[in-house]
Amino acid sequence: MSFISLLWVLLLGSLLGLELIGKVPPTLHTPLMSGANAISGITMLAALTLIVKAEGNVPLLIIGSVSLGFALFNVVGGFFVTDRMLAMFSRKPSNKK
Amino acid sequence: MNLPVIIKFVIDLLAVLLLALGIKGLSKVKSARDANRLAAFAMSLSVVGLLSYYLGTSGIAIQSWIWIIIGSILGSLFGAILAKKVPMTSMPETVALFNGCGGMSSLLVALGVAIFPISGGQENFDFFKSLINEVSISVSIFVGAITFTGSIVAMAKLQGWLSTPGWTQSKVRHFVNIVFAVASLIAFFDLINGNTSSIWLLVIVSSLLGIGVTLPIGGADMPVVISLLNSYSGIAAAAAGFVVDSQLLIVAGAMVGAAGLILTQVMCKGMNRSLVSVLFGGSLSAQSTSSSGSGEYTNITSCSVEECALTLEAANKVIIVPGYGLAVAQAQHTLREVTKKLEQNGIEVVYAIHPVAGRMPGHMNVLLAEADVPYEQLKEMDVVNPDFPATDVVLVLGANDVVNPQAKNDSSSPLYGMPVLDVQEARTVFVIKRGMSAGYSGIKNDLFDLPNTSMVFGDAKKVLNDLIGELKDLGVGEK
Repeated sequence: MSFISLLWVLLLGSLLGLELIGKVPPTLHTPLMSGANAISGITMLAALTLIVKAEGNVPLLIIGSVSLGFALFNVVGGFFVTDRMLAMFSRKPSNKK
Repeated sequence: MNLPVIIKFVIDLLAVLLLALGIKGLSKVKSARDANRLAAFAMSLSVVGLLSYYLGTSGIAIQSWIWIIIGSILGSLFGAILAKKVPMTSMPETVALFNGCGGMSSLLVALGVAIFPISGGQENFDFFKSLINEVSISVSIFVGAITFTGSIVAMAKLQGWLSTPGWTQSKVRHFVNIVFAVASLIAFFDLINGNTSSIWLLVIVSSLLGIGVTLPIGGADMPVVISLLNSYSGIAAAAAGFVVDSQLLIVAGAMVGAAGLILTQVMCKGMNRSLVSVLFGGSLSAQSTSSSGSGEYTNITSCSVEECALTLEAANKVIIVPGYGLAVAQAQHTLREVTKKLEQNGIEVVYAIHPVAGRMPGHMNVLLAEADVPYEQLKEMDVVNPDFPATDVVLVLGANDVVNPQAKNDSSSPLYGMPVLDVQEARTVFVIKRGMSAGYSGIKNDLFDLPNTSMVFGDAKKVLNDLIGELKDLGVGEK
């Protein structure tokens, strides 16, 4: 991938992000923030790449592994906590006496 | 192009599409939960895509697998446990913590690549490419470190572990932060010039910059900062995408970065503050105490819980205005008990949600939903404001600045222009509050002085519990 095409990817990705969050009811601001936050843990892919390409370099493997841990903490925790919040909204008003 | 490349391309494309659909779906109540799962699925898909690509091309060494498994298990485990255990009231600091860890991850990747250059990238080595590589590494470290330390400081402040030190409210902080910023820039260019040792300088000063910028910001503005840091962690991820040459990372990072910015903007608008004043203005209370303390309260009416209960019993329509104090007292369930009783008596109950009620926009909705409040009873400010004149009783629970009429009437007030709930239009207003202390903004609330306002002093939870008792004595809510 040439640098210029990566820049295009960056630009289009940003525009997509701007476009996607047009109108959000305030109710969903916190879950949305939390969900988007989970997605930013996508750096786990970079950490994985690092580990795979480390070729037996132990310090690098450790850095990659720690990085992967942090990223997955972000991803897994983020999605779970978002799901927990959203589960409350989907509850039917009349299911509790 | 061989098969693994094609497969990875297709999977990446699919993952981007699903992530975009996920973010889109998260902005509608009906689809939000599924959308969140869709995004989670897309993320796992992207991992499968990456791993299968390396399996099909260079192969993955056993040693790599071991470290992958260790990292994934530990990270996922702690993340899942925290996500399950954390109470809904401390959601903002939890998001801050997760976010900081995302930033840390990008920082570590860039550090790893910088210290031990990845093999395989060297074959078409040229000056331009290595320049880009160094720039993206530096950006990733810079943004990653700021995100990490900033988020951790934000979390610590929200948890109450850290208070705002006095010096951070003086002009000194600008000087200190400028020094950090300049030092970061020097390290940045030094690094790009090929001086690898300055990488540590960059790590240290950008970490300090993250702390220095976040520390002076007051509690009220913290959600905005978290949202902004969330956007940064997206940028850090995109920068890491440049480092390891991954389009998927760049797209996803850019989407989160842009979406975070929009959300930050929305929050600022709700509080009538500009992003610049949030970031550089320090805490609002420190500024305003001198300019607009605007006198003492002259006409406070205090009343007992019993009176409050009597008035509520006679009402036809009640509006509840929940705020930060309700969240702190964890009284949302008790509140629900009270409103259930009122509803059983045929009284119409509605909750008025200010856009920035609670600690984060939407946080109050989450808390009330946790207490089983029907979604239809939560009304947004613009919808509910015309209803106040026809309302008998308004209960203000732990909210302050968002019901301050100054924002409408007094152009000299720092709050002037902030959209507020017009509770003073109602026949009777009860404000349940611990004491006469000011709200976030540190500004006197004119509402408390109005003749139709009565103060019920006490902890929100205790007052509500007493209220339940009084209502019971009155026979409210018993068939």
